[in-house]
Amino acid sequence: MIKAEIRAEAERLFAAFQAAGAQPVEADILLPADMLLDLYGEDIRARAYVTQDPLRGEMVLRPDFTVPVVQAHMAHGADPARYTYMGEVFRKQDTLRPRAAEYLQVGFEVFDRTAPEEADAEVFALFADLLAPLRVQPQIGDIGILMAAVRGLETTETRRAALLRHVWRPRRFRHLLDRYAGRTGPHPARVRLLKALEEGTLPKTGPHIGLRSASEIAARIHALAEDADTPAIPPKCASLLEDLMALSGPAPQAVERLRDLAVDMPHISDAVERFATRLAALKARGVAVDALPFETTHGRTTLEYYDGFVFTFHATDPALPVIASGGRYDALTRVLGQGQSIPAVGGIIRPHLVAQLRAAGC
Amino acid sequence: MLKIGVPSKGRLMEKTFDWFGARGVTMRRTGNEREYSGEVEGLDGVQLVLLSAGEIPRELSAGRIHLGVTGSDLVRDKLADWSAQVAEVAPLGFGHADLILAVPVCWVDVDTLDDLDATASAFRRVHGFRLRIATKYHRLVRDFLTENGVADYQLVDSQGATEGTIRNLTAEAIADITSTGETLRANHLKVLEDAVIHRSQATLFAARAADWTEARPALKALMDRLGLPLPDLVREG
Repeated sequence: MIKAEIRAEAERLFAAFQAAGAQPVEADILLPADMLLDLYGEDIRARAYVTQDPLRGEMVLRPDFTVPVVQAHMAHGADPARYTYMGEVFRKQDTLRPRAAEYLQVGFEVFDRTAPEEADAEVFALFADLLAPLRVQPQIGDIGILMAAVRGLETTETRRAALLRHVWRPRRFRHLLDRYAGRTGPHPARVRLLKALEEGTLPKTGPHIGLRSASEIAARIHALAEDADTPAIPPKCASLLEDLMALSGPAPQAVERLRDLAVDMPHISDAVERFATRLAALKARGVAVDALPFETTHGRTTLEYYDGFVFTFHATDPALPVIASGGRYDALTRVLGQGQSIPAVGGIIRPHLVAQLRAAGC
Repeated sequence: MLKIGVPSKGRLMEKTFDWFGARGVTMRRTGNEREYSGEVEGLDGVQLVLLSAGEIPRELSAGRIHLGVTGSDLVRDKLADWSAQVAEVAPLGFGHADLILAVPVCWVDVDTLDDLDATASAFRRVHGFRLRIATKYHRLVRDFLTENGVADYQLVDSQGATEGTIRNLTAEAIADITSTGETLRANHLKVLEDAVIHRSQATLFAARAADWTEARPALKALMDRLGLPLPDLVREG
């Protein structure tokens, strides 16, 4: 049930986003599942209500607006563009904790090629301003710096690609890094296979079954043999990467420490300077950056489409979900744009939580 | 009245009866062979409810039975946040089966989760869709793969003859229960070496949502007879 005061709160935020220059847009509540499933995989089944339509196949109750808004913009939007939307989103809750399965979201998205760091600052400053009357804590991060660090690692393109693919899955990322840095040995099964390959005694396997072809299998065996000869990532490089991932602190100090790290990891310099530019833009917009908490990997385990600046605002009560969140998702526009792409940044506010905080007087 | 749900037929029922019988609690079916009714001898206030093992998790969740015997795999797969809904009273030491991931034997390059993950990535690139894993244990498999950071796969539902899906080109890998592995071998499949998703066995569960006010004395008598401590049934949070 959506209470009147929550809707009023949502309307207020929606109006504020329009006053900030955003064009209001609508999105269907019932969305085709294929695009979302392709994008998010099984996670979406765990989080969204997937249902069956007799003619249109699998459909999803809108889990967020970003994908339909990006799709609409890529199909017939002209840039630069600023959009705002307000409506229900639906999230399955797999625990008995009392969390809403249906709630309003109000969002603001900027598609602008000119000055990405300016756009980042614009979105964050707008959110900070709207949430200023509440006792909420901001937190920022920048997945782009981590991705730049991985792209610059002294190793093969295959290994860099494998690490980049798992930037959003810390456990597998760590597992791969440990293996590539020679901290853990290969699995005995891998050693067996490579030995058999060398001796020309690959095991008999019986009939070939399934869609994955013999040539795909052969290609991977070849790649494994090649990977086995790849020198380990030097310990110094691996630990620099780990220092970078563990880095947290007030934003201005974080910039300085990142610049120090960039002396040994020159490939992150551009990303670090973009962060510095963004910080200056935030300051120019009146954001109190001196105490703004930064973590390189903030937002790393949430939706995997953020690939640059990320931010959240959370309540002092740690039991509450984040009040607002957002970030940059340039790569997503490429995936949904069928050959086209545009730098994009945006975020959402959850008005039911804003109303709750307001009612609690904090 | 304390209601205890047990599997209504087959080896699981017999083994359950044996387990309780060995501890001085006699359960037996009543009426004719096809009638699903039964009784517990020698204990007052305990009612036997014969149910399909697959429905016992749901009945526990709803609190329509107080205790239930079923596979630990079924409880974990069918109940969201299972430990908040039921308490594990005792593992019963039979009905052992492992939920595993299996791939074709001809995939000589795939023996571990690492391999499966890398293969899923390449498969998606080549075929344009996510590598399909056939299973009926959606929650357990998805949670396991998410926890281990495996990407680029999708689950496809298979309620039976799951081992045949790969040959029929409706899946590339399977996640299923196996005890001896014979069916897997017969279908040219092998188990991933580091991917036991769950080691299941028949387990006695207690329902947190059941009304325990009147059933508590019978529960205490039953637990005394079985030599088990009283389960902690205080609902959390």
